[in-house]
Amino acid sequence: MPPKQIILAVVLSLGLLIFIIEAVRRRKLREEYAWLWLLIGAAILLLALWPGLLEFLTGLMGIELPINTVFFFGMMFVIFINLHFSIRVSQLTNQVKRLTQEIAFLKRLPPRDPPG
Amino acid sequence: MNQSETAGRVLVLIPALNEANSIGRLVDEVRGKHPEFDLLVVDDGSTDDSAETARKHGAIVLSHPFNLGDGAARQTGFFFARRCGYDYLVHLDGDSQHSPDQIDRLLEEVRSGRADLVVGSRFLGACEYELGLLKKIGIRLFSLICSLAIRQRLTDPTSGFRALNKKAIRLFTSGYYPQHYPDADVIISAHFNGLTIQEIPVTMSHSRSDSLHRGGKIIYYTYKMLLSTFVSILGDPYGRKRKCRPNK
Repeated sequence: MPPKQIILAVVLSLGLLIFIIEAVRRRKLREEYAWLWLLIGAAILLLALWPGLLEFLTGLMGIELPINTVFFFGMMFVIFINLHFSIRVSQLTNQVKRLTQEIAFLKRLPPRDPPG
Repeated sequence: MNQSETAGRVLVLIPALNEANSIGRLVDEVRGKHPEFDLLVVDDGSTDDSAETARKHGAIVLSHPFNLGDGAARQTGFFFARRCGYDYLVHLDGDSQHSPDQIDRLLEEVRSGRADLVVGSRFLGACEYELGLLKKIGIRLFSLICSLAIRQRLTDPTSGFRALNKKAIRLFTSGYYPQHYPDADVIISAHFNGLTIQEIPVTMSHSRSDSLHRGGKIIYYTYKMLLSTFVSILGDPYGRKRKCRPNK
């Protein structure tokens, strides 16, 4: 891998990691969601600093070009994190539903005497 | 002690969404026929005066601050029944397609102990209107799936006219109850959780606001029902756990 590419990858992954940690520190990102992003940041950094690993993985998976290995893992990550979000959104939807039902119960109105 | 007290407390539940024009009449009808029952209207985030109208006509009203779905509205009613200690619950749709005259027939089945969940079927009884072809095929399909899954003949799993005893109320408030379209999947999951299900004939009239299974919704409905029916057959993990525990 040419040094320019390595520098670019290292800078990008470090930037990503700093951004994630800063977001957690400012309480904009919760720890339970941060781990996936930290993982991807660390993976990019590792691959940038250790080009042999990417080549090894490429050979292992029978892929011709190392860049396709990067695309493959990138795609897998996007699919996985989206699925993870769908599951969380479903959980949140259920929680909102239950809270709404509780609010309805707490604010219940007794019947008003019918006129006449 | 009057008869209603010895026979257990009954809650009639009507989920309503924008039914201000008809809910008053329906509430009056139910209260006229059954002054001994409590009547709860769950307003599922209506934008009209449904809640206030129902209340004026003598119903207890729970209002969702926004629309959640027909299943969630019913479940809110089940929570109410459970917390307030009702023995039986009958729910009918807010659009007046179910006649309050037939509440007794549904109740009789749960009161006698013959069933935990009673479903009023328009196909065993009289359906006063012609169903669309797609809807007919859909109902047939889900009746078939449902009947095969629970090994008992069912004709109208989409019916919203049902009666429940305490056991069913407990199940639907502690386990899963779908937020939208609580139809065949509810019956199947009730069956696999050890509830006895019975279908009895009822008469249904045409419902004005029957837009549920129309247009693009029919595709989503079919998908949702096939998936949730399938997972109901696989078994609800929470339900299974509950079944093993000694109940009551």
